[in-house]
Amino acid sequence: MADERDMREIYARTLLEAAETDDRICVLEADLMKATGTPVFADRFPERAFNVGVAEANLVGIACGLASMGKRPYAATFTAFAARKAYDQFFVSGNYSGLRVNLIGTDPGITAELNGGTHMCFEDVTMMRAVPELTIIEPCDRRSLEALVRESIDYDGSIYLRLQRKGGLSLYDEDETFRIGKGNVVRDGDDVTIIAVGMVLMEEALKAIEMLSAEGISAALIDMHTIKPLDGDLVEQYARKTGAIVSCENAQVMGGLGAAIAEHLSETVPTPLCRIGSRDQFGQVGDLDYLKGTYAMDAASIVAGAKSVIARRRG
Amino acid sequence: MNDLDGIAREIRKSTIDQIAHLGIGHIGGSMSIVEVLTVLYFKVMDVDPNNPQRADRDRFILSKGHAGPALYSTLAERGFFPRDWLHTLNKPGTNLPSHCDRQKTPGVDMTTGPLGQGLSLANGIALGMRLDKLDRYVYVVCGDGELQEGQNWEAAMSAAHFRLDNLIAFTDYNKMQIDGTTSDIMEMDDLVKRWQGFNWHVQRIDGHDVDAIETAIAAAKAANGKPSMIILDTIKGKGFSLADGEVGSHNMPISMDDAKVAIAALDVEDGN
Repeated sequence: MADERDMREIYARTLLEAAETDDRICVLEADLMKATGTPVFADRFPERAFNVGVAEANLVGIACGLASMGKRPYAATFTAFAARKAYDQFFVSGNYSGLRVNLIGTDPGITAELNGGTHMCFEDVTMMRAVPELTIIEPCDRRSLEALVRESIDYDGSIYLRLQRKGGLSLYDEDETFRIGKGNVVRDGDDVTIIAVGMVLMEEALKAIEMLSAEGISAALIDMHTIKPLDGDLVEQYARKTGAIVSCENAQVMGGLGAAIAEHLSETVPTPLCRIGSRDQFGQVGDLDYLKGTYAMDAASIVAGAKSVIARRRG
Repeated sequence: MNDLDGIAREIRKSTIDQIAHLGIGHIGGSMSIVEVLTVLYFKVMDVDPNNPQRADRDRFILSKGHAGPALYSTLAERGFFPRDWLHTLNKPGTNLPSHCDRQKTPGVDMTTGPLGQGLSLANGIALGMRLDKLDRYVYVVCGDGELQEGQNWEAAMSAAHFRLDNLIAFTDYNKMQIDGTTSDIMEMDDLVKRWQGFNWHVQRIDGHDVDAIETAIAAAKAANGKPSMIILDTIKGKGFSLADGEVGSHNMPISMDDAKVAIAALDVEDGN
């Protein structure tokens, strides 16, 4: 039977299961507990689930205080609020202080959909990449989400987890393994490499490689679920192999995954690159399909980008 | 004379000397909190200078992190690190940076600097103590100007909501901030009513009276089911004549000669 669970259900259940044997795990919410899916955790462990109301700075501050007591806090809110409203708290009270705090940003980029431009956060990845030593993760499917959340519990460092709450993708087989900081090769190929992060762009990238294949172009596809630290070895390996790269993210390309790849390759293996993502644009209200087209985060744009980098390589 | 007064005087002298060695520092807001630090570290708190990270200790957050020098002199006096560290304040590679840093200084429980973050951290610590069933307290010193930061009032709400009666906070009410008096810049009165309105147990006392501070902490501990705020009426720059009651004392240059005069004056007071 097809797995129809929302990503948030995987997130909450994974923490819930781990918390059965790990009393350090706490969840914190700012009036979005239902949205994040953690009521199941609160039902089972009410003493370790804190809803602080609509107060994101306090949400993160309390998480940092709990971390200093040896707890493993998972504090969640929309990406827009996690990044914009609690950045200083996460930066200083958490990361600068050497405290291990997991901050979960939900509804990333265009998945804010009908909440519109005020809630549509493309800039969080850029902002969070600037926090020294911080790890940034955005899983694209159910299995990798579960594995990466499990690994986060004993991970040595703070994590910003970008989480699309609704829907889910079942991309990987049961025997696939995941490590924070190591990209997964979804499909091998010779002519161009598509490096995608997150569910929206992974789904579009999967369509794009079929469209390219129909035109005789062999595209590799990498799931770069860890945006920082970037798996530079894998990027270099495929830059050498295919000589053409397309990065795909549901975020601002300035400072995002595409920028991270550009920075890395310009210092190692300079390679033609096309960055798919929001290009210095604000968000707007709309459904996912409309927004994919508007921000060129769709398969057609990825295909066009792939052809452009191949042409530049040959040029 | 109360022993604690004598210790406070030593901490005050040491703080002046510490900042004078560097030549400039946050003397005003350091001088105003000497008595509360003295009472906490020499009378009230269960801490171990030989094991600063002991898990079941009381905890302290200097939310107004710029007053680090007063805390450093207190910790040195209490034996957390050698007194000669105090002359490294803000020098390259020091363990004593301008603002408090939990990763650098033995005995500093929390990193602070950007104002308004300490009370939220204290909420988290108090909740952590509750989860661990630790019969301990977390103490916080906030500045009065600092309370203009909105995050404090988010934390005020949650502390009352979660009934954090193991959280005891102080406001260093010296009525001055960088650009002027709090009345001129952003009126803080009535602080008692404001905290009562957030459902805290509130007291207002002379912040330079060690006995009053000790008594107020005991009363705060007895206040079941509510976090406590003890508003300390203090004088910015207290005990250092060039800074005493001066708005300009927030961050001011101090020469070694100034320090010698000030320390000598405190010694005379001591002789009385």
